Amino acid sequence: MKILSHPAAMLGIVLGFVLLGRVLPAWTLSLATVAASNSLIALGIVVLARTGNVSFGQGLFYAAGGYGVALIANSWGLTDAVAQVMIGAVCGGLLGLVIGPLISRYTGIFFGMLTLALSMVLYGALVKTTALGGSDGFNVGRPTLFGNVFTDPREADFMLYSVSVIATGLAGVAATVYFRSELGLMSLAVRANNLRVEYLGISANRIVAINFVIAAVFAGASGALSLMAQRHIDPQFAYWTTSGEFVFVAILAGYQSVAAVFVASLALELVRSFSNLYLPNTWQLVLGAFLLAVILFLPLGIGSLWTSTKRKGSEPDAPAPGATVTEPAE
Amino acid sequence: MNLFFTIVIDGLIEASWLFVVALGLTLVFGVLKILNIAHGGFYALGAYLAATVVTLFAAKGLPPALGFVAMLLAAAFVALAVGVMLERGLLKMFYGRDEVVLLLVTYAVFLLLEDITKLIWGVNPILATQPYELFGNVSLGKLFYVGYDLVLIPVAMASGLGVWFALNRTVTGKIVSAVIHNPEISASMGVKINRIYALAFGFGLMLAAFAGALTAPKISVQPGLSSDVIILSFAIVVIGGLGSVEGAAVGAILVGLARAASVHIFPQGELFVIYLIMAIVLMIRPEGLFQRETARRI
Repeated sequence: MKILSHPAAMLGIVLGFVLLGRVLPAWTLSLATVAASNSLIALGIVVLARTGNVSFGQGLFYAAGGYGVALIANSWGLTDAVAQVMIGAVCGGLLGLVIGPLISRYTGIFFGMLTLALSMVLYGALVKTTALGGSDGFNVGRPTLFGNVFTDPREADFMLYSVSVIATGLAGVAATVYFRSELGLMSLAVRANNLRVEYLGISANRIVAINFVIAAVFAGASGALSLMAQRHIDPQFAYWTTSGEFVFVAILAGYQSVAAVFVASLALELVRSFSNLYLPNTWQLVLGAFLLAVILFLPLGIGSLWTSTKRKGSEPDAPAPGATVTEPAE
Repeated sequence: MNLFFTIVIDGLIEASWLFVVALGLTLVFGVLKILNIAHGGFYALGAYLAATVVTLFAAKGLPPALGFVAMLLAAAFVALAVGVMLERGLLKMFYGRDEVVLLLVTYAVFLLLEDITKLIWGVNPILATQPYELFGNVSLGKLFYVGYDLVLIPVAMASGLGVWFALNRTVTGKIVSAVIHNPEISASMGVKINRIYALAFGFGLMLAAFAGALTAPKISVQPGLSSDVIILSFAIVVIGGLGSVEGAAVGAILVGLARAASVHIFPQGELFVIYLIMAIVLMIRPEGLFQRETARRI
């Protein structure tokens, strides 16, 4: 496990997953694309959760990224997939830069509620903006890649899959490096006790704000990826239940491991497609039961299955986990 | 001037049922320190139960007044029973965990309830408007109102006063206040906190279902109700201060008036305005309008 968490090894793994897309059957490919783009936004929530704050309004940045890309694509005709991901990330990041410093003064339930409120402000505004299609939203064209137009649906799917996996993979590598950096470890200290961090002469609010902006960038890019996959955008992107599902992926993953986020997102998509197949119309029932089971039996998330062995005896979910240094495994 | 009166009266009607929902939410938060997302689900459950009872009574040819009373009682008692079972059977397993984890547990319950109501009542809208004509029409100056809507205002005031009286002037209420302030010391003084938790949770959900039943004749009962209501009542309790009865009243009136004003003046901004108020209140007074700041342990 140790060697696998080296950045270079992780890049190799990402490449391996891209090549795997060549042999995957079509239904798995689109499922994996959705899972990859969802895990990007959930990864942002995990980054933020390491400071002890959970955002229930990541839909705000998700929608900002999606709408930003969609508007630029429709008015300037920019359809390049890589450029779209970057635009999404920039849109999310800019909004995060505005909101982050304001919101970092809050903790716990107020933090969650305020993020939820802001995303619902955007939702309320989008639903009533007829210029943007109101609650129906609008369509965007097929994405291209470096000037190539993909007419074969199989090729187009593979292109989307590769872009999603590479974008999410790079974010995962960056997050792993960040988790081990001074600032990343400081985030865990803020989670344990933000006042003590302040007494050490470090601004806890700044650390929360930085993590918030990172989460916003990831959410914006994820919104762009999801827009490319659906080729349609509507205010549902900003609705609170959308954000709730991403929080669910993050909780399922736990905050210790980057790899767990991908596994959790894939697990959720698999459960979703199987429940659509065998238990149609009861998707929420399945999701709710699944969520309860995870919280009850895996309080530290899926990641704890392979990282928690050396942390035996520490209280599950106590404000201060026994060890401050975690080993994010890939 | 006419517009102003319309907004005030519409706002108060809106505020009245929202207040009853928010009262339950704030009570549950005060005692159990849980922000209960499933609250909206119980509002919807109350509305569905009420619609069923009303339709049943109408089919049997019984007077609508009887149906009206029966629907309120049915919704309140079912919610109380389900609430107590839920707290004892499920929530208590998660006590002591992070407040965000508890929030997610109630989110899971919300998702479960959403589909369970769909399985029982289907996805088609249900109309049960018989009690809506019970109180006739009332004219206020040049404006005409449905009597039922205006009756909601005193009903909400009575519920609010009832809860305030029960909390401040009865022995059980004093015990509940003691548990709110310090569960550990209350337990050592011989209070059975588990019982208080179950009671408070059940009672809070009962208020949600009661409000759902009250509004059922006004609306078409359909899926998606719970999600809209929980979003509004969240805003109300956060504006007023979590756990505060007066706060819930002020928050409900603010939200009701804001909603009525935006419907009449600026219909595009309906949802937007409410959340903007909530965001502004949180920026200025994070703990809400009616909540004292508390010192925290380092």
